[in-house]
Amino acid sequence: MAHDVNTKTAVKNAYRITKVRGKTALRIRIPGGCLHAKHFDLLKHLAEVYGDGLVHLTTRQGLEISGLDYAGIPEINRLIMPLLQDLEIGIGVEIHDPAKGYPSAGTRNIAACIGSRVCPFANYDTTSLAQRIEKEIYPNDYHVKVALTGCPNDCIKARMNDFGIVGMVEPQYDYQRCIGCEACVKNCASQVTGALSMHKGKVKRDKRRCIGCGECILKCPTAAWTRNPAKFYDILIMGRTGKKNPRIAEEFIQWADEDVVVQVIKNTYKFIDEHIDKSLPKEHIGYIVDRTGYPVFRDKVLEGVKLNSGARVAKHVQWGGCRYSSDVFLSD
Amino acid sequence: MGWKFTEAAFKDLIVKLKADYTILGPKRFVGQGRFSDTDLIRYDEIESLDEIVWNEKSTFSPKEVVFPITQTLFYFIEEKFLEPKLDENKILIFLRPCDINGIRRLDTIHLRNGPQSDSYYAQLRERVRFVMMECMEGFDTCFCVSMKSNITSDYDMAVRFGDDEVLAEVKNDDFTRYFSLDLPRVEFTPGFVQENTIKVTVPDGGEISAGIYNHDMWNEYKSRCIACGRCNTTCITCSCHTTTDIFYDDNMRAGERRRTWACCHVDGFTDMAGGISFRKDNGSRMRFKVLHKIYDYNKRFGEHMCVGCGRCDDNCPEYISYSSCINRLSQVIQETDACVKIP
Ligand code: SF4
Ligand code: SF4
Ligand code: SF4
Ligand code: SF4
Ligand code: SF4
Repeated sequence: MAHDVNTKTAVKNAYRITKVRGKTALRIRIPGGCLHAKHFDLLKHLAEVYGDGLVHLTTRQGLEISGLDYAGIPEINRLIMPLLQDLEIGIGVEIHDPAKGYPSAGTRNIAACIGSRVCPFANYDTTSLAQRIEKEIYPNDYHVKVALTGCPNDCIKARMNDFGIVGMVEPQYDYQRCIGCEACVKNCASQVTGALSMHKGKVKRDKRRCIGCGECILKCPTAAWTRNPAKFYDILIMGRTGKKNPRIAEEFIQWADEDVVVQVIKNTYKFIDEHIDKSLPKEHIGYIVDRTGYPVFRDKVLEGVKLNSGARVAKHVQWGGCRYSSDVFLSD
Repeated sequence: MGWKFTEAAFKDLIVKLKADYTILGPKRFVGQGRFSDTDLIRYDEIESLDEIVWNEKSTFSPKEVVFPITQTLFYFIEEKFLEPKLDENKILIFLRPCDINGIRRLDTIHLRNGPQSDSYYAQLRERVRFVMMECMEGFDTCFCVSMKSNITSDYDMAVRFGDDEVLAEVKNDDFTRYFSLDLPRVEFTPGFVQENTIKVTVPDGGEISAGIYNHDMWNEYKSRCIACGRCNTTCITCSCHTTTDIFYDDNMRAGERRRTWACCHVDGFTDMAGGISFRKDNGSRMRFKVLHKIYDYNKRFGEHMCVGCGRCDDNCPEYISYSSCINRLSQVIQETDACVKIP
C-alpha cells in the first residue's frame, strides 16, 4: 500500500515516525504528570480500537499509543479532544483548533515529581507550577525540556533537563522554641550539607551552605523551625542526555521566586530565536548555549526580569559531563 | 445565667480586655506547618476574635504559655545575679476543658511535688486566667472522657462560639467591667463532651509487677519509635525541663541560667555525669512515658497525669498510638497481674 504522509506535519502533530512502515504512535502530553482517572476509558479505547492495544509510559510522563494508522490521524485527533480540553485548554493553554490534535511537539511535556500534593518532602505543588509553565511555553516548536521537582532529592531527575526547577524553602528559626534536641543539626549533617551547628544549646544556620531542602523543619519537634510561606526555587540549567556531551544541569539562580522561574523560561525562547542555527533541522538549547557562552544566555534571559531580593545568580557555570568524542580508550 | 454577645460585642470585649490582659489563644500560622502548604496552629497572642481557631485542635498545647519552652531564670555577672524583669500584665488564655485539666497537672508538678514549690512557675501562673472554650464533640483522637478530664469548673469565663454570636458564662466578676450589662441575659452554662470515639481502659490503682516492666509489648517500640519527642512537646502534661548555664560569647564572666523543655523520648534525657545514661532503647522510653502518664503519677497524686487530649496520637510521625498502647497495656496487665483492678 502506498503511503503519502507529510512526516513534518505528522511529527509536529505529536505523531512519531516509527520503525513499522505505515504505523505511527501518538504522544499524549500530561503537564505535571497528573492525570484524572476518568481519561483512562478514552486511552483504553484508543489503544484497543485504533492501536495495538499497548500504551507506553514515556520518560517524560507522557503516554505513547502505538500501532496507529497514519490514515486514522484526523479521526484520532477528534477523539482526543477531551484530553486536550482537560489537560491543555483547561489549564489556560491556547489551542486554536482542538479538533486537529496537538499543535506542536518540540517543547516537550513538562514533567514533575508528585510534589506537595502527596510527598512530605516537597516544598511546592509541582503539578500546578508545571501547568502554569505549560501555559506560558506551549505550543512551541523549539526543543526545550523542563522538569519540576519538589525538593533537592530530585526524584524527577530535573538535573537531566534543560531547565530543572527544584523547590526550596527558607527555614525560619525561633530561638525561644528550640529545645536543643539536635535532631535538625544531626540530620542536616548526615543527609544534606551540614549547614547547621549547635551553639550553647541552640542552633546556628550557615546561609551560604543551606540549600533550602526543608528537612530541618520536618525534623523539628517544637516548630522552632517553620517555613517561610513564600516559595523559592533553584533554577538548574542545561542538563541533557544524548550522543555528544551528556551532562547534568548546573545552578543558575538560587532562591528565585515563581515569577522569576516563569519569566526566565519564557525569555529562553527569545534567546533561541536570536541564536539558533537556522541551517539545521533542529538545534537543542544546550548546544546553543555552548556556542554563545553562559553570559550571553544569562543576559538575554534576565532581560526585563525583576529579580526578587535574595535571589542569587551564578557568576559562572561550569558544566562537565562526558564527551563521547574524546578517545578515553586510547585506541590506535 | 449567661450573656449573649453579638460577634461585634464580643470583639469589643476583647479589645477592652486587652488593656489589662495579654490574651492568648490557638492561632493559625498560614503556610507555616511542617509540610508545604499546611498551617501551624499554636498558642500565641491574639489581637482579635477572628484569630482564635476554636473549631480545630491546636498542634501544640497551651502549656507553653504557663511553662515557656525557654525561660531565663536569672542573669549572672561574676558573683552578682539579677532576675529578669517581671511582666506585670495579667494573662488570659482561651482553651479547652482537657487543657485546663492539663494545666492543673502542671500546677501539681511545679507547685506541689516536693517541699519547695517552683517560684518561677508560680510567678507566671498567678497571672493566668482561663476562658474555657466549650467542647461538646471533641476530635477523632480525643479520649478525655476516659481520662475523666472532659469536665472542669476551673475557669473565669466559658464561651460557646456560634455563627454570629457568642454565649458566655462569666464567673469572674472583674470581667463584667469590660462589657455593657445591658447585653441580653440567656440561660447558658457550658456543656461538656460525654463520649469520645476513642475509649481507653486505664489500669486503676494496685501495684504493677516487674513482669509488666519487662513485658515483650514494649519491644515493638524499639524499632517503631524514632525518639523524635513530638509526643512530649505537643503534650499538655509533659513537664520536664533541663537547666543550663550559658556564658555569653563576648564575655565569659557573664551569662544566664535558663531552663528548657526536655523530652523523655529524646536522646540525652537521662545523660548523667560520667557518661551514664538509662533507657537507651526507644521501647523503654515508651514504657517510661506511658507508665508515668497513667500509673506513677496516679500513685503519687491520686489522678492520672494524662488528660486524653490525643495530641501525642495526632503528631507521632510513626503512627504510634499512645491510646492504643494503654488499651494494650491494660489487657496485658489483666492477663498477668490479676491483682490490679481494671475498671
Ligand atoms: S523530589 Fe522531593 S518532593 Fe519530589 S517526590 Fe522526590 S522527595 Fe518528594
Ligand atoms: S533547609 Fe536543608 S540544608 Fe538548609 S539548614 Fe535545613 S536541613 Fe540544612
Ligand atoms: S530540631 Fe528544633 S528543637 Fe531540635 S535542635 Fe533543631 S531547632 Fe532546636
Ligand atoms: S499523653 Fe497524649 S493524650 Fe495524654 S495528655 Fe499527653 S498528649 Fe494528651
Ligand atoms: S512522637 Fe512517636 S516516634 Fe516520636 S518519640 Fe513519640 S512515640 Fe516516638
